[in-house]
Amino acid sequence: MDNIIDTKKLTLTKKDFESDQMVKWCPGCGDHAILKSVENVFPELGIPKEDFVVVSGIGCSSRFPYYMNTYGIHGIHGRAAALATGIKLANPKLSVWMITGDGDSMAIGGNHFIHVVRRNPDINILLFNNKIYGLTKGQFSPTSPKGSKTKTSPQGTFEAPFNPGELVIGAHGKFFARVVDTNIKMMTQVFTEAAKHKGTSIVEILENCVIFNNKIHALITSRETKDENQLFLEAGKPMIFGKEKDKGIVLRGTHLEVVKIGENGISEEDILIHDPYSADSGIHVMLSSMMPPEFPAALGVIRSVKSETFEDAVWKTIEYEKKNSKLKSVDDLLRTGNTWIKE
Amino acid sequence: MLFMANKKDRVIELKNAVIRFAGDSGDGMQLTGSLFSDSTAIVGNDFATFPDYPAEIRAPQGTISGVSGFQIHFGEKDIHTSGDLADVLVAMNPASLKANMHWITEEAIIIVDTDSFIEKNFKKAGYESNPLTDETLLGHLVIEAPITTLTKEAVKDMQLDSKSAQKSKNMFALGMVFYMFNRGYEGTFKFFEEKFKSKPLVVEANKKVLLAGFNFANTIEAFANTFKVEPAALKKGLYRNVTGNLATSWGFLAAAERSGRNLFLGSYPITPASEILQEISYHKQFEAIAFQAEDEIAGIVSAIGASFTGSLAITSTSGPGLSLKSEAIGLAVMTELPIVIVDVQRGGPSTGLPTKSEQSDLMQALYGRNGEAPVIVIAALSSADCFYAAYEASKLTLEHMTPVILLTDGFLANGSEVFLIPKVSSLPEIKAPIVKANDPDYKPYKRDEKKLSRSWALPGTEGLRHRLGGLEKEDVTGNVSQDPLNHEKMVKLRQEKVNKVAEYIPELSIQGNAKSDLLVVGWGGTYGVILTAIEELREEGFNISFVQFKHIMPLPKNTEKVFSAFKKIVVCENNMGQFVNYLKMSFPQHEYLQYNKIQGLPFKVSELKDHFISILNK
Repeated sequence: MDNIIDTKKLTLTKKDFESDQMVKWCPGCGDHAILKSVENVFPELGIPKEDFVVVSGIGCSSRFPYYMNTYGIHGIHGRAAALATGIKLANPKLSVWMITGDGDSMAIGGNHFIHVVRRNPDINILLFNNKIYGLTKGQFSPTSPKGSKTKTSPQGTFEAPFNPGELVIGAHGKFFARVVDTNIKMMTQVFTEAAKHKGTSIVEILENCVIFNNKIHALITSRETKDENQLFLEAGKPMIFGKEKDKGIVLRGTHLEVVKIGENGISEEDILIHDPYSADSGIHVMLSSMMPPEFPAALGVIRSVKSETFEDAVWKTIEYEKKNSKLKSVDDLLRTGNTWIKE
Repeated sequence: MLFMANKKDRVIELKNAVIRFAGDSGDGMQLTGSLFSDSTAIVGNDFATFPDYPAEIRAPQGTISGVSGFQIHFGEKDIHTSGDLADVLVAMNPASLKANMHWITEEAIIIVDTDSFIEKNFKKAGYESNPLTDETLLGHLVIEAPITTLTKEAVKDMQLDSKSAQKSKNMFALGMVFYMFNRGYEGTFKFFEEKFKSKPLVVEANKKVLLAGFNFANTIEAFANTFKVEPAALKKGLYRNVTGNLATSWGFLAAAERSGRNLFLGSYPITPASEILQEISYHKQFEAIAFQAEDEIAGIVSAIGASFTGSLAITSTSGPGLSLKSEAIGLAVMTELPIVIVDVQRGGPSTGLPTKSEQSDLMQALYGRNGEAPVIVIAALSSADCFYAAYEASKLTLEHMTPVILLTDGFLANGSEVFLIPKVSSLPEIKAPIVKANDPDYKPYKRDEKKLSRSWALPGTEGLRHRLGGLEKEDVTGNVSQDPLNHEKMVKLRQEKVNKVAEYIPELSIQGNAKSDLLVVGWGGTYGVILTAIEELREEGFNISFVQFKHIMPLPKNTEKVFSAFKKIVVCENNMGQFVNYLKMSFPQHEYLQYNKIQGLPFKVSELKDHFISILNK
């Protein structure tokens, strides 16, 4: 827990973080379960409640700050990453949580998203990916699969979607995890991991929009198919999945492949062991890219690599300059260089 | 006109003079000019400078578009402008001569490097024949000096390759001008010693070349006389030379120190504002953070984030960047967080004239946002005033919890003038309305009775957790509200809060009589040139008055009272008439004449005088 600044035991509960505002998301929306999970996580982090700041952009998910009893700021569309960066840089002791969606961070805020990842400030980004614009009532988003029929793509989309994990790792991301909105336990566990990671942590939440994109993640989340389509990754453990725990992932040549344990001479020893801490991102990208029906979707912490945070680098320099600069005040500064006295 | 002063031995005393150094972009004219400025400071003259360089970094050598210039105006009285036309032109090549013929007086002295006046350079400059031998320079005293040859000659005993040797030819020209104006060169020598500490050969070469130029001017007797400008009667105190961008940066640093807030600048490089970002980057010793963002939007939005946490938040830009920041300024208006947006105006629209100046962002600053989104707008008057304007913008934004747009412009930003250095402790106090922990009465949108500003509760403070955002908020509680009457109330409150600022800014002060034949009105960076025109006209016996607006939104309280004493009002600005239209809207009972210039260039004193006289004679 190296980013926890106050280690005194705090007796906070969920109640401390519930706001008095009416939650106005649609009944059945995945946002409700995510809110619950975050309320589970915050009291357990050992951080005083006034040190949390929840930041968002625009979209259904971005109403989130109003529903948490913390400091919060609901920004403008796509710019939450810039808000969060300013907050963290100006006051590094704050625990900054950024709530965003696939429209907010993959489209209008795509630029800010890749740059925040590159700079690596210690903020936690929860990316609600429902693959649709919900607040504007049903247009395709940059994560909508090619061919998606929506209000603005009556014949289906003509464009390839982004996979957020590939984007994060491509932007030199140090922490990427993925969860499903149907599993509060998984979300609570992974959000906690994200909070503990010092640096920018991105958690992609495969989220259902009950109104405009219902069942978009059904292959991964539905009771009937989830066991065969979810691979929950744990550090140091083999990548085994399936209802009977009889399927696994192996590396064949330069590709990942699904195998059945016990068939064709495959045993458990052949299965890839998950190493989220490896600086090399090769396997992490391949894991992020896996999608049903060919593969299970990789869930849990896919990548978690230590690296200096942006604010630490900046403040280290500030401390150095404060100690070593000849200029102790602005009066000193105004008198540097060529000056002359008029008698 | 200048050189018709009394002849006293061989030294002619001048009241003031304008020198323009011009050469190829790589010829080092900016350095030459700034070294001459330093020596002007030592002599004790008041002065103002302006660099005139192309938008391209190194345009093709020898062409008009590659000409870089530096102008200095110095005198024994207060100097408010960098001068209309030059009395002395140093032209290092034909292109710099051609490019500057419009910017010199009819009897200006011209110093040329004859080595560069060769056939191929005439063609590049667009001359059909040698301007030194045809009629181009009739009426001018032309000092012909083979500067390149003499420079090489001066350092021939040193182990310098010919390229390095040639590099110091600008110092030969400087030496000549030093002789011409009876200047000492010790200060410049000291500069060489400090600047090239690790390269003693370069120090030596520059000294030799400068001396060679000085002695050459002395020996050739081309000058019938030399010139001298007596020290100016400036106020007692410690002085320095500042550009507008430097003064702006330092004004913010001073405000941060005085208010006890950390400075946070979120910005993106853009001409002509980048120097502010560069300068703040050097001041981490004051806990000032300069965050170079991925774009203009992230620049301002990161600053809004920093403002939320309690920093003195700034973003700096020019016109195109201000356009990109519009939505975010609206967020700062809605969240009622303090932030200063500096717009160093340049010629527009679109990319426009990046290195030239204009006053054409006024309407954008006042109204360029969606919804009713009033902000405080102030405009710096001069390069040195940028310090005080930045300081005041910071004070107003922190004390009134309202965004401030500070307008400067390319001329103020790059131009320089003499600055009387203040003590930071002598500047007005800045008190931000920060809420104490666990204040039982805290409500996010509860307002100060007088200012109507809300208070500032900083994340990390116990007992003050609250949410801000771009959605309309309920009065007092700050909860999200779509209530129609609440919205109308909040829109009016935000405007009223800005209007109240009029109680906290100085009233207009009139130069000249409170009642006269004509009131000249300007705003922002045109102050120096209009003032000079007015001073000269008043000396010539005209009954003319002048006000310059530094505070645009809100306008000073006594504006209407000042205007009502005049039958004729003329509003001068470097745009199509944005301020005059704003005045027509605010005070429709008056008639306004207007004088506009939209050439990317400042007014000339002479054109203003001519125009004012023609109004007075009507």
